[in-house]
Amino acid sequence: MNGRIDWPAHVMLGLGVLLFILPIWLVLAGATLDPAAIARGELSLVPRLDGWGVYAAVLAEGAPGAQPVGRMLLVSAGMALAIAAGKIVISILSAYAVTFFRFPFRMTAFWTIFITLMLPVEVRIMPTYSVMSDLSLINTFPGLTVPLIASATATLLFRQTFLAVPDELVEAARMDGAGPLRFLKDILIPVSAANLAALFVILFVYGWNQYLWPLLVATNPRLDTIVIGIVKMIGTETQTEWNRVMATAVLALLPPVAVVVLMQRWFVKGLTEGEK
Amino acid sequence: MERRTIFPGIALPMLLVLPQLLLTVVFFLWPAGQAIWSSMTRADPFGIRTQFVGLENFADLFSDPLYVDSIGRTVVFCAAVTALSMGLALLLAVYADREIRGRGFYRILLIWPYAVAPAVSAVLWILLLHPQIGLVGRWLNRAGVQWNYKLDGTQAMLVVIVASAWKQVSYNFIFLLAGLQSIPRAVIEAARMDGAKGWFRFRTVVLPLLMPTVFFLLVVNLVYSAFDTFGTIQALTQGGPGKATETLVVKVYRDGVVNLDIGSSAAQSVVLMLGVIVLTVLQFRFLGRKVAE
Repeated sequence: MNGRIDWPAHVMLGLGVLLFILPIWLVLAGATLDPAAIARGELSLVPRLDGWGVYAAVLAEGAPGAQPVGRMLLVSAGMALAIAAGKIVISILSAYAVTFFRFPFRMTAFWTIFITLMLPVEVRIMPTYSVMSDLSLINTFPGLTVPLIASATATLLFRQTFLAVPDELVEAARMDGAGPLRFLKDILIPVSAANLAALFVILFVYGWNQYLWPLLVATNPRLDTIVIGIVKMIGTETQTEWNRVMATAVLALLPPVAVVVLMQRWFVKGLTEGEK
Repeated sequence: MERRTIFPGIALPMLLVLPQLLLTVVFFLWPAGQAIWSSMTRADPFGIRTQFVGLENFADLFSDPLYVDSIGRTVVFCAAVTALSMGLALLLAVYADREIRGRGFYRILLIWPYAVAPAVSAVLWILLLHPQIGLVGRWLNRAGVQWNYKLDGTQAMLVVIVASAWKQVSYNFIFLLAGLQSIPRAVIEAARMDGAKGWFRFRTVVLPLLMPTVFFLLVVNLVYSAFDTFGTIQALTQGGPGKATETLVVKVYRDGVVNLDIGSSAAQSVVLMLGVIVLTVLQFRFLGRKVAE
């Protein structure tokens, strides 16, 4: 750092940034264009300044083949929040149980949870569907969220954090007469706040971006998430209103990207350190 | 590793671990067991009786040229996505690790695509590559390339690879940059003093120290490209044209959900399960306790 500019680095990183920004700029600008012009092959990177009304239009009406975008955003937000919160809660509880207690079948419980790592939805599509229909969870909001709440990743992460809590802290809490639940609520959760924040980002993005699961268990259009909805919009090849598709893409991107950008510091730290 | 200080009690911890266990058993273990069971049974054409057929479904599967083709296609696809996204991420991470002005700014601009849904990244690439309306696709056609990934299988494969890799670069970038930053400056300085320069220093000093991260990412990327790209492929090509982009996960979906061939779909599920188990074991054997969602 001696005042000289590292041109090769700036050029390479600039190109990298361009590679990611260009498609986003394209949808931002494209959303404001006239749909007939886009269909004629006149999609361009120059926005039409009076075309911003498209956002209000898709939020309220959607596009051919899909629900209003405002509604789908709500479903997505509900799903992402329910999954993130649910995963965090039940993972804290189970990690706390396996690290701070000794009980029969403790390791059996731990390995049972661990095994879920090896069973993503994609490898058990049909039988999971039949379990869902036996429990009448098809086309319900709990069906969309509850089965995705089991989480080996979050349990392992919290276990790691809890193992690193100094013995002195636990001793001190016990001397002060804190019972196990009090200790969990007043000491353990506050000291794990940074991990919790990082995990929230990862799980929110995970929940928001689900595609196969909602496709499988929610055929009722009223439960369409924004990700499902946008794929439906482009599925109607002949009458696609591309400006609306692009506005929807922007709205589908915005919430998870905002969460990542705003919580960047915790997220990066939690992601890379949590893996150890 | 175990904690030394613990709390007494048996009922409380069992109660605490119960919700997680319940969900795991009902939505993971039970369906997985079902998949294994139905992979060894077959229904008659009217769906009235099912009978046990042992490993026949698997024998049928592996003698079906369509399935074998799909395995080959998946291997090519995963290798290409992994190589492309990791290569690009490494290049960017090396430059972002240099002490340059605005590195925080560059970093955030390279990290955010982590949040883009696979299916949404497909939409972005359609707008670039669509033969009639896409910015780049139109330009290719005007330049005389016969560009239409909806008709040309090779082009379709190329498109799903690019769209899938694009989305994964930031994840790899985050880890590779963290890996590079954890290499002690003293080691790099020592290599510099010994006269090791540029590429040579990178290859002999930096890369070996980065290897644990690279191995970890290799497994994560293989899992990502094999399983999480379903949305990307479904949105871009639905596995087509023909079967040109039908990876194993797309096939299990088509055969099970669309064509309702339960026995074969279950057998395919079991094969995929074995694949994930092998990858997970690899990950834990080589890398200690590294886990990714």
